[in-house]
Amino acid sequence: MAGYAAYASDDGKAERFRAAALPYLDDVFTLARYLLHNAADAEDAAQECYLRAFRHFETFRGGPIKPWLLAILRNVCRAEYARRGALAAVLADNVDEAEHVTDGLWSEAQQSPETETLRRLHSETMQRLITQLPDAFREAIVLREINDLSYREIANVTGVPVGTVMSRLARARALLRTAWLAEEKGS
Amino acid sequence: MTCDEAEVMLHALIDDELDAGHSRDVEAHAAQCARCAAQLAAYRDLRQALQGGNLHYAAPASLRRSINRAVPSPAVTSRRTLLKGFALGGLVSAAAAASVTLVIVREDRDKRILGDAISAHLRSLQAEHLTDVLSTDQHTVKPWFNGRIDLAPPVIDLTAQGFTLIGGRLDFIDGKPVAAIVYRRRVHVINLFVAQGIGPALPAPKVETIQGFNIRRWTDQGLNLMAVSDLNSDELEEFGLKFEEASRAAHG
Repeated sequence: MAGYAAYASDDGKAERFRAAALPYLDDVFTLARYLLHNAADAEDAAQECYLRAFRHFETFRGGPIKPWLLAILRNVCRAEYARRGALAAVLADNVDEAEHVTDGLWSEAQQSPETETLRRLHSETMQRLITQLPDAFREAIVLREINDLSYREIANVTGVPVGTVMSRLARARALLRTAWLAEEKGS
Repeated sequence: MTCDEAEVMLHALIDDELDAGHSRDVEAHAAQCARCAAQLAAYRDLRQALQGGNLHYAAPASLRRSINRAVPSPAVTSRRTLLKGFALGGLVSAAAAASVTLVIVREDRDKRILGDAISAHLRSLQAEHLTDVLSTDQHTVKPWFNGRIDLAPPVIDLTAQGFTLIGGRLDFIDGKPVAAIVYRRRVHVINLFVAQGIGPALPAPKVETIQGFNIRRWTDQGLNLMAVSDLNSDELEEFGLKFEEASRAAHG
């Protein structure tokens, strides 16, 4: 009987959840670190994300679980932004402004071999440069390059159309490239 | 394709998000536009650098532990956990593993039997199929099972004890035909399922509550008996005791 089966399978919910969701803890924690800038807040956010995910595990409709977890994490982080007073409105304004700045981001091809420069950049430097990107661009590039989500998945997680994902990624990379060129000049 | 279009599309190209047609368009544009070709090369390098660096942050072990603690553990160790334990343990002997597996499989079967009993009880109430033989006379109900099931279920009139016999029917539990003897106490129906080999031989009667129904199980003369009802557990226990008492009296 269906009711009885549901009753019986409840026992296994925590176990199924652990098996499905815990392998992505590093991904969740990584996004939290980039979105919130500090380790303690990231730990709190990741923990809250897993608790919410467990509570709503029945609503998870299958498919890859990673984007689902990251979407929950993102909501937790946005609540944290609000708590800090860095309201979503500010974020949205920054995005609009930055998305319209299209000139001057691309410097003409450099004489020095860029590949070498890039390889010399330590992971920490790259992490710092990503952290310094405006919110919406940082989020897009972390989800793409580090969490390894597809455009469609990023669109679902961030609640924007795929076209916007594509343009945010383009801006994010242009800004990141400019930043590392500056880093290279400064060092 | 214009440079403006290509500037955004080349990201989709390096991210492998373009179909073959669009990929060719972007590549064709880059082939005849030095500026876009340079961008494409530069972003490919950037991508490579991002992929090559270790940009993940590892979750601290303390976080993993506290999440594990916060997610409630199942009250009963699930079959899966135990089996995983074997996979990880490696030192557990095959014999020990086999015996525990057997217990688990039995427990699962037991759960299924209880589930089936409740299903059968519910069906009997819903589908106007409470009885195949409608009679308050045990001498009518008992012979009805002859030839329908390979056992002679104890059919006992407990009207004097406050449990009215109202009939019997054939039902199925765990894929086996079982005799269902139906009693009534006020407005409550009691289905008494009788069969061989449904559930373990119990040294003492056992009353459980599942989904709000009470189930009393006991064994008598090599038969498994299961009384299922929405009757409160005290009165169901009373039913069981009266039944056992009458059964002992009948067998001398």
